[in-house]
Amino acid sequence: MKRPVIGILALQGSVQEHRQALESVGSVEVLEVKTPSALALADGLILPGGESTTIAKLLCGFGLSDPLRERILKGMPVWGTCAGMILLAKEIVGEPAHLNVMDVTVRRNAYGRQIDSFSCVQSISAFSREPIPLVFIRAPWIEWAGEGVEVLCRVGGKIVAARQENMLATSFHPELTDNLCVHRYFAEMTQRAAMGTSLIQS
Amino acid sequence: MNNQNELNKNLAQMLKGGVIMDVTNAKEAEIAQEAGAVAVMALERVPSDIRKQGGVARMSDPKMIKEIQRAVTIPVMAKARIGHIAEAQILQSLGIDYIDESEVLTPADDAFHINKFDFKVPFVCGARNIGEALRRIGEGAAMIRTKGEAGTGNVVEAVRHMRSMMASIRQLTNLPKEELMTFAKENDAPYELVVQVAETGKLPVVNFAAGGIATPADAALMMQLGSEGIFVGSGIFKSSNPVLMAKAIVKGTAFYNDPAVLAEVSEGLGDAMRGIELSEIPDGERMAQRGW
Repeated sequence: MKRPVIGILALQGSVQEHRQALESVGSVEVLEVKTPSALALADGLILPGGESTTIAKLLCGFGLSDPLRERILKGMPVWGTCAGMILLAKEIVGEPAHLNVMDVTVRRNAYGRQIDSFSCVQSISAFSREPIPLVFIRAPWIEWAGEGVEVLCRVGGKIVAARQENMLATSFHPELTDNLCVHRYFAEMTQRAAMGTSLIQS
Repeated sequence: MNNQNELNKNLAQMLKGGVIMDVTNAKEAEIAQEAGAVAVMALERVPSDIRKQGGVARMSDPKMIKEIQRAVTIPVMAKARIGHIAEAQILQSLGIDYIDESEVLTPADDAFHINKFDFKVPFVCGARNIGEALRRIGEGAAMIRTKGEAGTGNVVEAVRHMRSMMASIRQLTNLPKEELMTFAKENDAPYELVVQVAETGKLPVVNFAAGGIATPADAALMMQLGSEGIFVGSGIFKSSNPVLMAKAIVKGTAFYNDPAVLAEVSEGLGDAMRGIELSEIPDGERMAQRGW
């Protein structure tokens, strides 16, 4: 069976960290995506951590925004970490939305400035039975989630991981830790979607 | 404390592939953010003005730093003088996201740097070579940048520093263990960090380029030499069209390995900053030599 291709949006941010994690998971091809033609080759896409304003401006400046939005709406699995979560949201407190696809309201820099960044350990049953390390860097949280959104994890009462069908969002950065369970989870999401597509095509 | 140091290194990872721009007021900060900067560096005078005007260059006025913090949502950095513990404490109390213990300001201490482990806020420090980089990391720096020669618009020193660091890293990955102590001795570098670089093939923190970057092509050159992101000081607001130049350098950094995009973004930018040939600068006025 052909291995699914997971793209990483490579305009800015924690691209190499996601690449290393996916390569450790194995069973997937990894592709850095900067152009619409590269996006067309991806079965699933990771929107990495970084600066959401920077990534959003580069998405628009290079004609990647519309094709990406279209792929997501057609069901391509997508996972946004931190800045990526902000890009996916339909609403961002105090500023206009970017890709405007996931039915959540997100608050940027919700915990404050860098001195308020933190890490903790918590179980998230969707990803793993064992507790996993969660790293929050100037992180956003989900202030409100629509009916179709499954809340996967809360920390201190705030939603920090959620899924809506093909869209996964985490406030924290699994790519900064050695724990691979969220990358495995997303690889499976992509594998299932790729198999579904090939069944329809055949 | 170690956990905080880890989180601070992590923030630098989030800045990778991005451009950090020097700004001197809220309006410039907004222009930088709008252009796609990943962070801004708040300072009263850009390096080329410090060079021209002379005198002692110090930490910026907290009022100006606060105005910039209010103007943008991206991280805000600010500079403290080398060894100036009190300036760093003041910047930390302002909630600054990153402190640059910078040779661009006049050093406050001619023998010692700040012990950066004493702080919760992360530090970036300049380095010319592997030894200097590892000494700063040994003191707790969470990010390294080349020194280049700030305020010159001349990239040659940044290139020299980046090439030197990358050459040493490549060399270290090939040295047998028994040669590492002598390497540490000869390069004035902490032994444990030398061993770590030899094992991993990279610095333990993110490594950016700074000092003399004035065009998208300069940024792309530094990225191709192994830099993980770019600081631009005088290069943006001393050019004839800062808005265009800022956007072009952001794009040039993201697409550093795509000459067609680089050609496109380099077109019609107006004049880059004037620039200075290094041989015109007397030895005593070179900022890169500050640091111990």
